[in-house]
Amino acid sequence: MKSKNKILVQNSITYGLVILCWILAEVLIRTGNMSSLMKGLLVPLCIYVILAVSLNLTVGILGELSLGHAGFMCVGAFSGAFFTKVMETVIPSVGLRFFLALLIGAAVAGIFGILIGIPVLRLKGDYLAIVTLAFGEIIKNLINVMYVGKDSTGFHFSTKDTLSLGLDESGVVLIKGAQGITGTPKAATFTIGVLLVLLTLFIVLNLINSRTGRAIMSIRDNRIAAESIGINITKYKLMAFAISAALAGVAGVLYAHNLSSLAATPKSFGYNMSIMILVFVVLGGLGNIRGSIIAAVVLTMLPELLRGLNDYRMLIYAVVLIVMMIFNSSPKAIEMRAVFMEKLRKNRKSTTKEAA
Amino acid sequence: MKKVLSLGLAAVMAMSLTACGGGEEKTAPADNAAGTETAGDVLKLGVTGPLTGPNAAYGSAVANGADLAAKEINAAGGVNGMTLEVKAEDDEADPEKVINAYNNLKDWGMQMFVGATTSGASISVAAETANDNMFQITPSGSAVECVANDNVFRVCFADPDQGTASAKYIGENKLAAKVAIIYDSSSEYSSGIREAFVKEASNEGIEVVADEAFTADTNTDFSVQLDKAKEAGAELVFLPIYYQEASVILKQASDKGFDPIFFGCDGMDGILTVENFDTSLAEGLMLLTPFSPTEESSKKFTEDYIEAYGAEPNQFAADAYDAVYAIAAAAEKAGITADMDVSAMCDAMKAAMTEISIDGLTGAGMTWNAAGEPNKDPKAAKIVNGVYEMQ
Repeated sequence: MKSKNKILVQNSITYGLVILCWILAEVLIRTGNMSSLMKGLLVPLCIYVILAVSLNLTVGILGELSLGHAGFMCVGAFSGAFFTKVMETVIPSVGLRFFLALLIGAAVAGIFGILIGIPVLRLKGDYLAIVTLAFGEIIKNLINVMYVGKDSTGFHFSTKDTLSLGLDESGVVLIKGAQGITGTPKAATFTIGVLLVLLTLFIVLNLINSRTGRAIMSIRDNRIAAESIGINITKYKLMAFAISAALAGVAGVLYAHNLSSLAATPKSFGYNMSIMILVFVVLGGLGNIRGSIIAAVVLTMLPELLRGLNDYRMLIYAVVLIVMMIFNSSPKAIEMRAVFMEKLRKNRKSTTKEAA
Repeated sequence: MKKVLSLGLAAVMAMSLTACGGGEEKTAPADNAAGTETAGDVLKLGVTGPLTGPNAAYGSAVANGADLAAKEINAAGGVNGMTLEVKAEDDEADPEKVINAYNNLKDWGMQMFVGATTSGASISVAAETANDNMFQITPSGSAVECVANDNVFRVCFADPDQGTASAKYIGENKLAAKVAIIYDSSSEYSSGIREAFVKEASNEGIEVVADEAFTADTNTDFSVQLDKAKEAGAELVFLPIYYQEASVILKQASDKGFDPIFFGCDGMDGILTVENFDTSLAEGLMLLTPFSPTEESSKKFTEDYIEAYGAEPNQFAADAYDAVYAIAAAAEKAGITADMDVSAMCDAMKAAMTEISIDGLTGAGMTWNAAGEPNKDPKAAKIVNGVYEMQ
């Protein structure tokens, strides 16, 4: 009973934190106290929080190292943006198209998650990491050679260039290879972003604290023991992996509808991005959802807030990252923190004693 | 103990650095306030480009070029009594980061935007400038979509124009009948030029015998592409790519004893400055470039630039330099004053841009149409004895 209450309190703090940030941001915007830089960062922050939380499901809860998270994001982003472009004339309402795009992005990324998961989840540890890394790269390269156009006769598809699509006069090129999709409407707002973050948290936190979540964690902690008590390992692994992928897809759709040009560059969807998301998760603490949120927010804002330092900002970003990692996870640092907290407590006790 | 000490020191360092970052943030609005106080005589131009990362050479060149032009204009009395102030922000050539850089410049009080340097970033930021109705002129965003909105103008040629011009130049001067192309399919710049080149080549009686692609992930080994070009008997290899990769291609071609004419576009500009590159390999290389540092008309610019920034200017610097002069000319024509709001300024500038004519570094008698495209003649240069010789 006690532990249940504790979970409730912990989860409420997490939700509360997000809602508080939203209220704070809205107040700042309404009173005109927020800089343009921060306003522009609000939606990307939501995107990275969703990515970090969803990856934490795979890495922290399921205990499998995945380096292909940007690949799922990419799948979601392109399927969502493609849908919005195709349906431009059919569904004139941008909001409705965006909502449907979110569902489609999540579904497509989820399906990819299952397809990739079936062969890949037989692997463990480093092997799984390398295969997911390869998956992310394949997705990026596939999209980079994909040319899709639409004219009066239907869809045209090519892997060479826009000329070989053979479009008639009414034809429009929808996906232009490496140049990706341009002209997606900017439908993503901070409020939608926060709602999606809350939805992600709701899904992930409820999953963790459910029977299913406990089964998933038992696989992480001891696979053989879990198998021996009759837990269907493949099923639960796939479930966690697919949910994680679908949520990354949602983040991708949000990303696509925040920028007017979407291209699968190594920077936006390459392994660098996957590793960056992994850094959020590791820094925030494996399995610690609230930590992921905080780490994603801090690490996304840091390079922007350091803009005043010009060329040094990337160097400093790296140094800060190393220091934060050491401070958070090195055994010596944890020991030191414990000693420090102990001292604080003693001090407080002695002062209260003196006061008494 | 040592470990604890070093950890502590590192933590203190990080703290002081973040505190420093925070401090910068706080002083920014103060700057803003100062800006509005003296609004009567300062016109703030924001520049973005990749100042870090592999494309940093382009971004820095654009930032320096704009800065130099602004200094010259200020020394000559400014625009309508206003002095120009230029601030450059790093966009990492990334469509996401450029939005942050742009917003940061807006916080600084930017009134007109010179950017972005690269096409992808430029397309992405154009959606924001259209939303704010901020006047934008991109020095080197060459993809067609860069100037899709009517508030955006550009100084460089559009990609298809370069491809068509290259094919025409090769055809008219009878440089070759059999041409091989090696291009970067992951870059909109490269594939845009290639597409237009292929289209035009058949009109010019040029046969494309090999059409080989690489991507940003495979830009270190070109032996397969070169072998195909050689086997197909190409007399000329068309390289619509950036100079970094071109330098590798030239080296590998020379190792293979393959010696056709190499022909590039404006991205080739800068090949003579590649570190550890034997410039004798670039002898005879032809490129379509609007700017040559050794040309008579750009001598003064080149000297001033080297003196101020310690590097030889390239075409990006010249584009940015012309962009700022175009802004100055249009602002004078439109009677822009610093206290106008950004949107009104943009509307006035849009009209004035189509009425001006500039003798810039990248072309004489440059004019702009309402679509934002410049009208100037492409020029071809050949590298002879390590310098550009205009053709």
